[in-house]
Amino acid sequence: MLKYKFNPIILLVSRVVSPFIMIFALYVIFHGHYSPGGGFQGGTMFAAALLLIRLAAGFDIAQLQFKKILGTPLGSVGVLIYFGTGFLAMLSGGEFLNYHFLPFAGFKADELRSLGILMVEIGVGLAVLAILVAIYDDLLEGYPHD
Amino acid sequence: MKITNWLLLISFGALLVYASFGLPNRGDVSANMHREKSLAGSPGASSYYIRNAYRDAETPNMVTVILADYRGYDTLGEETVILTAGLICYLILRKKRTKLDGKKT
Repeated sequence: MLKYKFNPIILLVSRVVSPFIMIFALYVIFHGHYSPGGGFQGGTMFAAALLLIRLAAGFDIAQLQFKKILGTPLGSVGVLIYFGTGFLAMLSGGEFLNYHFLPFAGFKADELRSLGILMVEIGVGLAVLAILVAIYDDLLEGYPHD
Repeated sequence: MKITNWLLLISFGALLVYASFGLPNRGDVSANMHREKSLAGSPGASSYYIRNAYRDAETPNMVTVILADYRGYDTLGEETVILTAGLICYLILRKKRTKLDGKKT
């Protein structure tokens, strides 16, 4: 069985390292237009930062950071952001997922496409990070944690 | 593991390695996927992407444009697959009321 043993060194190092991983994950998501990266990779790195705290501090303390109940709803919200971006383009007269028709004034066509890609990547990142944490929590379910 | 399983594994791996010899080299301009026209005579997609990705979406990373814009449906499907995997994990692994160790449910 899994047995959690408190270790202050591991906890301290994880708490120091985790925010940097999160910042780098956000960088990977938002810099996906210019460098390798994007929603899937950045979301996975963000989930790694959250899971590091979960492993180091134990399940119950990590609930203060990211609640277990948030997992699947946030994943659904991510998919809805993606779908909503496509649907918004459809509502304003274009095809589904044709970002050219997004209803934001003051942008040229190519800038609208760039913006649409950004919105989609944010949705993908949110879904991936929430689902990965949710799968970890579900795997932990059967064991007596802490 | 039984000897049959090993034989199956090794023969399948050898088949894959043999098939990989038929793949075109990296950057081979005469490969089918890099041609201007496909074998059926329709215009090829990859050269169109390379020429027009920046003009269409003002994004230097061509892979992102293909992933999220030209192939947006595909990425939506991938994300749905991930969500489905999470939901299935929840449904299979959620807490049942049977006690595992007798002291905590």
